[in-house]
Amino acid sequence: MTNAAMAMTQEALAEPLLKVKNLRKLYAPGKGVDGVDFELWPGEVLGIVGESGSGKTTLLQCLSGMLTPDSGQIEYTGKQGDKLDIYKITESQRRLLLRTDWGIVHQHPRDGLRMGVSAGANIGERLMAIGERHYGNLRSTGEAWLREMEIDTARIDDLPRTFSGGMQQRLQIARNLVTQPRLVFMDEPTGGLDVSVQARLLDMLRNLVVDLGLSVVLVTHDLAVARLLSHRLMVMRGGKVVEQGLTDQILDDPQHPYSQLLVSSVLTP
Amino acid sequence: MYVAVKGGEKAIDQAHSWLDETRRGDTSLPELSVAQIRQQMGLAVDRVMAEGSLYDPELAALALKQASGDAIEAIFLLRAYRTTLPRFLASVPMETNTMAIQRRISAAYKDLPGGQVLGPTYDYTHRLLDFTLLANGERGSAPPSGDETVEDCPRVLDFLNSEGLIESPLANSGRTQSDGSAESETPADLTRQPLDYPAGRDLRLQALARGDEGFLLALAYSTQRGYGRNHPFAGEIRQGEVAVEIAPEELGFPVIVGDIQVSECDMINQFIGTETEAPRFTRGYGLAFGNSERKALAMALVDRALRARELGEDVVSPAQDEEFVLAHCDNLDSSGFVSHLKLPHYVDFQSELVLLRRLRKEFEERKSGRQGPKVNTTSKPGNQDEPSTDNEQRREVKQA
Amino acid sequence: MTNAALYHNPDSQNDGQNDSQSNSTGYNFAYLDEQTKRMIRRCLLKAVAVPGYQVPFGGREMPLPYGWGTGGMQVTATIIGQDDVLKVIDQGADDTTNAVSIRRFFARTAGVATTESTREASVIQTRHRIPETPLSHGQILVYQVPIPDPLRFIEPRETETRKMHALQEYGVMHVKLYEDIARFGHIATTYAYPVKVNGHYVMDPSPIPKFDNPKMHGNPALQLFGAGREKRIYAIPPFTRVESLDFEDHPFEIQGWDQTCEFCGSDHSFLDEVVTDDEGGRIFICSDTDYCNQRFANGARQEAV
Repeated sequence: MTNAAMAMTQEALAEPLLKVKNLRKLYAPGKGVDGVDFELWPGEVLGIVGESGSGKTTLLQCLSGMLTPDSGQIEYTGKQGDKLDIYKITESQRRLLLRTDWGIVHQHPRDGLRMGVSAGANIGERLMAIGERHYGNLRSTGEAWLREMEIDTARIDDLPRTFSGGMQQRLQIARNLVTQPRLVFMDEPTGGLDVSVQARLLDMLRNLVVDLGLSVVLVTHDLAVARLLSHRLMVMRGGKVVEQGLTDQILDDPQHPYSQLLVSSVLTP
Repeated sequence: MYVAVKGGEKAIDQAHSWLDETRRGDTSLPELSVAQIRQQMGLAVDRVMAEGSLYDPELAALALKQASGDAIEAIFLLRAYRTTLPRFLASVPMETNTMAIQRRISAAYKDLPGGQVLGPTYDYTHRLLDFTLLANGERGSAPPSGDETVEDCPRVLDFLNSEGLIESPLANSGRTQSDGSAESETPADLTRQPLDYPAGRDLRLQALARGDEGFLLALAYSTQRGYGRNHPFAGEIRQGEVAVEIAPEELGFPVIVGDIQVSECDMINQFIGTETEAPRFTRGYGLAFGNSERKALAMALVDRALRARELGEDVVSPAQDEEFVLAHCDNLDSSGFVSHLKLPHYVDFQSELVLLRRLRKEFEERKSGRQGPKVNTTSKPGNQDEPSTDNEQRREVKQA
Repeated sequence: MTNAALYHNPDSQNDGQNDSQSNSTGYNFAYLDEQTKRMIRRCLLKAVAVPGYQVPFGGREMPLPYGWGTGGMQVTATIIGQDDVLKVIDQGADDTTNAVSIRRFFARTAGVATTESTREASVIQTRHRIPETPLSHGQILVYQVPIPDPLRFIEPRETETRKMHALQEYGVMHVKLYEDIARFGHIATTYAYPVKVNGHYVMDPSPIPKFDNPKMHGNPALQLFGAGREKRIYAIPPFTRVESLDFEDHPFEIQGWDQTCEFCGSDHSFLDEVVTDDEGGRIFICSDTDYCNQRFANGARQEAV
């Protein structure tokens, strides 16, 4: 798995995976995304933090092709180095990206899983969608990923509703990673899970990011999660990015008064 | 020795004969005339016209007679007939403001210009079976006092509209017009083109107008019980005759070709406002042939529910779900498909039997300990074997 | 639509049922007016040009209920001409009641010749079977379709399935097959088995048993599909590739019986099971009555009466 990461970093240094310019999507003044710029590099985890209503979820939806912005540009560098303006390509191309090169991990697993089909089918669906036609292979791939996500492979035929919350979340992640995406969007991936389950999941995510050379855009209100997973942070408020930089810098030495407020309000045990 | 079943043609002919007899019933009783049905079963006739989508009381009465009183069967007859009729042109939009009012009430106001005119309504009757009707007793019905003219009945919602309290009648026709301008294009025609989603309000109203009263009633009721509540008030209900006008190009002016009886309902619903617009009431609209008041009311409620999307409301209930409502409101569609289950399906059933027998055989084989393919039910973890490739199963693989 | 095509005889009686002569009922030839036929023909051409794609059409109410073959009938009414010979089958048989009813309809409204012989027919309207006798180039097979969209039971929303077809997002179909194998060890679809047409669209072949699926592939006849209630038409042109969905290691297979036909002895046609007594006695006979009769007539099996 590390080969992928190495191969990634070699070509990676050339250019960013995602370039966002002057992105705007407003529901009302100060509500939504109000002029956001940033770049995301291969293998990088970018955390977006802020309180609810800051616009971070709207930003994520725009970035992942789910919400058309009012203005601005989002450019993604495809596997062949081709530059794709996300809202200028066809819906067909966008949907294909979402099924192959990208992943989306929703806060609630039931938003990202087919609850009525087995774990194995959930993992295999993306592969079936791109033409995998060997049942045995699908099954062994499913089992391999269950093992990777520390789920008992005997549960491959079980329905997701028989899984615990943490297991469902891990299943959702497996479902996304099976096509080896390069960019994964995550919206509060550990929200709603209890603390020990969260810790295990975060650990797993951290290792996966490194092993697979993933780039991640991670939206969270939880600064601890942000610190553990992100290389860089963007602090959002009222639709704008008030501060961005390396995670440790922002969390240990916030400059903007709002960031300072955010950091200081974290309960420390 | 088994003899293959034959004689479908003969069976059908016999069935039709028997049907004719059953329809006529006891021949010692006088035959029901179409005119009697038209006159004395008026509300049944009205329903058949409304859902048959054809205004012709005599044909509707004939259909009811032919259908032994089955409303849906009669509606079917009328629709099938309608298909064969040539289409000359579309009328000018009907002016219900100048309706010859027979009945006009408003729940929103105690009194209003024109007054609350009850008309011939069942509303305040006590639902007690009247046995004098059974004995064919002629009860002299007091005719309405002939000289009392109905005053002018201005449209209730116009009062609200002139104050700006309610959205204008042409607002939010369904196509997103950012400038709020009224629809100027010709309405689409449900009877000529297949329904497409998302559907504009014109197609929705057409579908509702001919939709099954029972279905719409249930959906309307559900909104009142909280499945997509929209706080309705019956702004105005009108029944009476309205002129039908056409405006042929050659003439250059409209001509009245006849009058039809219609029931119309204006609902006043939940108000909405935005940051840029002051709040105002919203509308629901219902219209049906004849004295089909219940239909018009139900239609108005469902119309308003279906406008959820364009009014920025969350779609949370079946009545607000456009595809659900419009795909299932036509009783020709629903009765046809439900009753098609009566048709032979034995070939497909045979296919299922073949599979089921095979699965059961495999189950028994597994239970008795012989090798078989791994099969998992979803409720318990399966055994750890890899699925076999069915080598030991005898299978026919036939490809053309 | 503004034309007032005065095809309709204003003097005719409304009831076209009691007249056994062709075309004197006051209805147009084959019942539908010419405007409607033209509209349906345009849709048929579109359908043939894009094999397996569901073309929406402005279906009309027919004198038979929706769900009873109105789609197939509208297609037949549109393509049938005076010189055609029509065969109508239901469950493979010519004399099941609905087949009789539809055949009579066309005999009455179009005055065309009808037949029970697959070989002699130029147009065959069918419900739930493909005839066993191989078809030839120049024949047209019209299928009656209840639910045209193979995705419908996975995704009830038309707005979504339309996109899925347009973008060839058919992963869900294989998910269903995968689930079947995981649960039953076999693909559990036995009729209306989805197929990929011309390597592109996934199509529902109507509720024919999967036994008949191979007959669609490379068939020299033109195959037309009509769904009246759902208002969709689709087509498979002659000699088109039609593949049933499956997995490499779980290939598509058709049904078989241990028994042979009681009448003609066939061991390769689709057999109906007939219960003969209430002690579990049963025999099997060909579903395709014409095929069976032909074989029987050719002395395929000697009956000991």
